[in-house]
Amino acid sequence: MKRTLVAWVEDEPGALNRIVSLFRRRLFNIASLTVGSTERPGISRMTIVLDSGQTPSDRLAGHLRKLVNVVRVEDVTDRPAVLHDLAVVKVQTETETRGDVMQVAVASGARVVDVGPCTVTVETTGTEESVDALVAQLRPFGIAEMVRTGRVAMLRDDASAGWKE
Amino acid sequence: MQRTGAEIVWEVLRREGVEVVFGVPGGAIMPTYDLRATYGIHHVLMRHEQAAAHAADGYARATGRVGVALATSGPGATNLTTGIANAMLDSIPLVCITGQVHAQLLGTDAFQEADITGITLPITKHGYLVTDVNDLGPALHEAFSVARSGRPGPVLVDLPKDVQIATGEYIPPELLAPSSAAPGTADEGDLNEALGELTSMIDDAERPVVLCGHGIVASGSGKRLLQLAEQADLPTAVTLLGKSAFPETHPLALGMMGMHGTVAANFAIQRADLLIALGMRFDDRVTGRLDAYAPDARKVHVDIDEVELGKLVSVDLTIHADVADVLAWLISRVRSRQRPAWRQKLGAWQDEDAQRIASSVTRDATSPLTVPTVVRKLFDSTHGDSTLVVDVGQCQMWAAQFYPATSGKPFITSGGLGTMGFALPAAIGVQIARPQDEVWVLAGDGGFQMSLHDLATVVQEQLPLRIAVFNNGYLGMVRQWQEMFYDGRYEATPLLNPDFVKLAEAYGIEAARAETPKQADEIIARARSCSGPVLMEFRVVGEGPEGNVYPMVSAGCALDDMIYQPTLASCAKEPRL
Repeated sequence: MKRTLVAWVEDEPGALNRIVSLFRRRLFNIASLTVGSTERPGISRMTIVLDSGQTPSDRLAGHLRKLVNVVRVEDVTDRPAVLHDLAVVKVQTETETRGDVMQVAVASGARVVDVGPCTVTVETTGTEESVDALVAQLRPFGIAEMVRTGRVAMLRDDASAGWKE
Repeated sequence: MQRTGAEIVWEVLRREGVEVVFGVPGGAIMPTYDLRATYGIHHVLMRHEQAAAHAADGYARATGRVGVALATSGPGATNLTTGIANAMLDSIPLVCITGQVHAQLLGTDAFQEADITGITLPITKHGYLVTDVNDLGPALHEAFSVARSGRPGPVLVDLPKDVQIATGEYIPPELLAPSSAAPGTADEGDLNEALGELTSMIDDAERPVVLCGHGIVASGSGKRLLQLAEQADLPTAVTLLGKSAFPETHPLALGMMGMHGTVAANFAIQRADLLIALGMRFDDRVTGRLDAYAPDARKVHVDIDEVELGKLVSVDLTIHADVADVLAWLISRVRSRQRPAWRQKLGAWQDEDAQRIASSVTRDATSPLTVPTVVRKLFDSTHGDSTLVVDVGQCQMWAAQFYPATSGKPFITSGGLGTMGFALPAAIGVQIARPQDEVWVLAGDGGFQMSLHDLATVVQEQLPLRIAVFNNGYLGMVRQWQEMFYDGRYEATPLLNPDFVKLAEAYGIEAARAETPKQADEIIARARSCSGPVLMEFRVVGEGPEGNVYPMVSAGCALDDMIYQPTLASCAKEPRL
């Protein structure tokens, strides 16, 4: 099954490589991986969504914890968390459909970030399902290009959940 | 204090207690080599970097300390990799220091450039590419700490040549913030609860078996294990790497488990109602077919490495802790009791093993030699008190079967990776670590030829190694499988060998050959009285039932589905699968 892990990692060359190499070697299939900075200088935060096959989640986290550059790991799969993706979708438009595209975007909480003579570009964030839903609504107009970032995750309402010494 | 990078290397080694390093110099590591003499650390010049890694590995196994290997960039570094992988799979603490091209040339395919931190990423616990001399001290100290902490393993430190030359700040480790590298174990509350449960499981078990793994050797807790086993009447089987941790002539000793294990060990595991696995990882060579493994047993797995717990065998209780602490805890709580019915059952299997071992040894002084005969003679002659460094394949299994560990002296071999050619270079490290020990190398003709170049190192270091080469003219274990599973098509296994006696003599090593049990007695006795290195070639039977290792559990079979020594007739054309 798919699991979502959050890892706090020392921001050092090779750290990402080590994590990816671990998953490759143990034959865990990565569905998405995002890396970014945190509230703490020198510490990056990764959100990893992967299909771990038969491997139980605590062993996945254990493998990660064994890496020297990994400071902390949480499996947020079964816990209340904000699980968001960002998508930017460039939709083909003609004069008569442009208004409809912009209406669909606004109605679903997305932002229009660029309007050109033949395209409208829409940006949205939200759960994977809500992004999927928007994409499905835009598809009939003709999607010229799309990019999704993969999931980022944060536990809800837990003040102690950030990076710790 | 200000130091050059090369000075920092030796300063760190000295502070980490390193007395000897194994290596081969080359362009990119020359600044470091150039300062060695100033620091008085002994360097053993090997003839191949793979041998340097194996020698450091042997040294680490023989001392329990971190082994250090040194190599240059490019091919020097890539040659280390087999030795590093070997140390990784057997959890041996190594620090490998490699030279690298100048930092500003990294990534330009410069002469002798290889991305060794990238190459070794999956076969090291951690790796460092140090591009700033000010980072060198902390990185190298941390490398030692990572190598020896938790489940030990190899760490690589790659040093561009300019970093070795540059001057920077060296801060002694006592002034640095403690490294975050030390891994945790289970928290105390969980641990106590689990230990309490284990105690009652042991108290209640009628047919318990302890599985003693390499973790018992690594944590130095063989004595504690014996004490617990005697206190609670716990029969104990060993893995190949756990072999030296439990006295195999003890009434509670079941011998080695697994593919070429004893009847007593394998049958006991299959009939047990409780398995207590201590510092072992249920390798496929140990379990046989997993879904038929120890079907009646509740299973308890104790290991320092969290991710090993329940990895292959599903267990009823996992304990993430240092096995030495667990044993101490159990000794203070487990009830003293006897299990006569179980011991009686095991006794019958132990007798069967003893008889098979006795009958495998040739008594006739002039009949052809076999490896079991030689190993048994060696055991009798040395009273089991020598340190064995054993290569991989048939000779390894026979050494494990016919040289019972009785003295607590190390039994050193490449377990997880099964690296042919390991024994000779590893023995160099072992003999240097334990100069008083009588160290024997046992190798087949195939494995020996994978690292025989290091005979030169043996002579150069004047090491009194006793090197036994079993010449059966085959890559024997592969030949055995060809006989059993490939209808006897001996593809690429017959060996055309050199004259091993002349070869040894060319290196200035005394040498002798034996073709009969009587000659074997003579040359073993002579070798034992030699003060320098000596090589013995034993011409042994390579075919027929005596050329195969039994008993055997075929890969993918249940552990009690054992093939015993077949009769001559049944073996000739019909291997029993």
